[in-house]
Amino acid sequence: MSKDNPTLIESATFPRHVIAEIQRAAKTGIYDIRGFGAKRDIPTFDDLVFLGASTSRYPLEGYREKCTTEVVLGNRFAKNPIHLKTPVTIAGMSFGSLSAQAKESLGRGATLAGTSTTTGDGGMTPEERGHSKTLIYQYLPSRYGMNPDDLRRADAIEIVLGQGAKPGGGGMLLGQKISPRVAEMRNLPEGIDQRSACRHPDWTGPDDLEIKIQELREITNWEKPIYVKVGATRVFYDVTLAVKAGADVVVVDGMQGGTAATQDVFIEHVGIPTLPAVRMAVEALQEMDMHRKVQLIVSGGIRSGADVAKALALGADAVSIGTAALIALGDQSPEFDDEYKAIGSAAGFWDDYQQGNDPAGITTQDPELAKRLDPILGGRRLANYINVLTLELQTLARACGKSHVHNLEPEDMVALTMEAAAMAGVPLAGTSWIPGKNGM
Amino acid sequence: MATIDLNKSTIRELNEKLQGGSSGDKFIVNNTVGKHALSVGLTKEVDVEINGHVGYYCAGMNQEASIKINGNAGPGLAENMMSGEVRVTGNASQYAAATAHGGLLVIEGDASSRCGISMKGVNIVVGGNIGHMSAFMAQSGSLVVCGDAGDALGDSIYETKIYVRGKVKSLGTDCVEKDMKKEHKEELAKLLDLAQMNYAVDEFKRYGSARKLYNFDIDQVDEY
Repeated sequence: MSKDNPTLIESATFPRHVIAEIQRAAKTGIYDIRGFGAKRDIPTFDDLVFLGASTSRYPLEGYREKCTTEVVLGNRFAKNPIHLKTPVTIAGMSFGSLSAQAKESLGRGATLAGTSTTTGDGGMTPEERGHSKTLIYQYLPSRYGMNPDDLRRADAIEIVLGQGAKPGGGGMLLGQKISPRVAEMRNLPEGIDQRSACRHPDWTGPDDLEIKIQELREITNWEKPIYVKVGATRVFYDVTLAVKAGADVVVVDGMQGGTAATQDVFIEHVGIPTLPAVRMAVEALQEMDMHRKVQLIVSGGIRSGADVAKALALGADAVSIGTAALIALGDQSPEFDDEYKAIGSAAGFWDDYQQGNDPAGITTQDPELAKRLDPILGGRRLANYINVLTLELQTLARACGKSHVHNLEPEDMVALTMEAAAMAGVPLAGTSWIPGKNGM
Repeated sequence: MATIDLNKSTIRELNEKLQGGSSGDKFIVNNTVGKHALSVGLTKEVDVEINGHVGYYCAGMNQEASIKINGNAGPGLAENMMSGEVRVTGNASQYAAATAHGGLLVIEGDASSRCGISMKGVNIVVGGNIGHMSAFMAQSGSLVVCGDAGDALGDSIYETKIYVRGKVKSLGTDCVEKDMKKEHKEELAKLLDLAQMNYAVDEFKRYGSARKLYNFDIDQVDEY
């Protein structure tokens, strides 16, 4: 119903944004491509709350009693596992989709905060290697910029089988972002629409993946942890197969995970939310007696220390942030609202990362726009944000009486909705009922 | 000259030894029995002769080394090779030289499907036939086929040049026959010479990208 005219009733089936999309499709003849992540309303970590300590549990004193956050990732087979000060890591984002300054900012921020950052499609740039103490190298289907020297320069290798924004889909970088440097790194003509492959070119299943992991270990002297990243769909089976193939770390990216450019229909309609994905991944690890032996990193819509704490309480070892990290750098800043409006958007709504005309200078290859982001300031903002997440995480963990954030457990939480209770596998608040458990 | 017997050495020991070799060193590898990830990640100008069949990813990511396989090769031979030369005297399975950025791969026998998939600068010479979907999304470099090519050759190809001496069962989307100009004949002659394949350049036809799919065009939707 319209606020101004109560006789105007908006259709639930055809609300204005649906009508606008039909009109846009009819006008242009092409599906909507955009960045960001899923925008629809789905069950999230907000639907869980912690049961702080009281009579039956005792809490730890804030700022006095230690609650440690250090994480070790990849100690199953790798000679040199990753040691981080915080379980909040930076997700893979490519140079190409992001400016060189943005990649440098991510490296600086992650390093200041004592965590890792990750390359993306298109290879490793000297800027990000130079400014990242701990850099994870993504091994992607396109193999753009894939180079064994960079593989050896990395601290860990992440084999990407999919991402939450588009499980089963490949990458996309439209012509306006294929600058001479990006084209050279990817070995492609300038200005073409670049479509990355959706599956790896030299294997077809989990048995082959096991041999691929062996090859990567042989090339890197068995030093680097091997991560396997999947988009959240059939999580139980995918995690099981990744572990069986020899992964040191499994990364599960829920449907809220961001993207630089993907079809809207893909972002909103493929994959499952992060909330059930964590539980399913943990169940798979527990069934194999590999929980905490193969580490689990969860990503997709992580925004606050509460999200981090809830993911860890469900059994994750660490989380990754992507969209939130870009916002920390300056994406969606009200400072640029006039410019967002000039290109048909507004601060807080901007999602056309594929266009390359980002007023904040982050998702662009335009040298003038990219100059707007100072990598030192960007890195400081990101480090501040990660530190806040870590402090919030510690606050919640101490309230539950935990001296290490990994001691958080599902028993520390209840759900506010039946959907969240079923998805997370924790009881509905005020009951002992977990929908779907024990035949109920 | 060092000889490594895979009945006595592990794959790890083999690769450590080969990766630790100095330029000019020569190695012989025996008793491979189809093992995987042999002679991968080499970075120096060493010569490696492998006697027997090899499994997946032999010579993967090769840099500078010359590797000869006296036998057949499994999937992903010389995948992502950067430089150097890899030669197999028999046949090669799927995805030979997948995503390879440089160097020369010579397959004296036949190559299976997806040979040269996403190739990024490597040169490949196949003495026999190649399977379907070869040079899929091939970006740069050259693929020479002295026999016949299977279905959907060069589908969604970028700037790779394909030379085929025999028949092409079908061309993939956006792949077309192109003129053989002087520079192409010279390049082909050089590649045949390097591969030690004795065929006349005039017997080959050239194929490459029509470049109609480089930027999305709704009127090309039937091609997607």
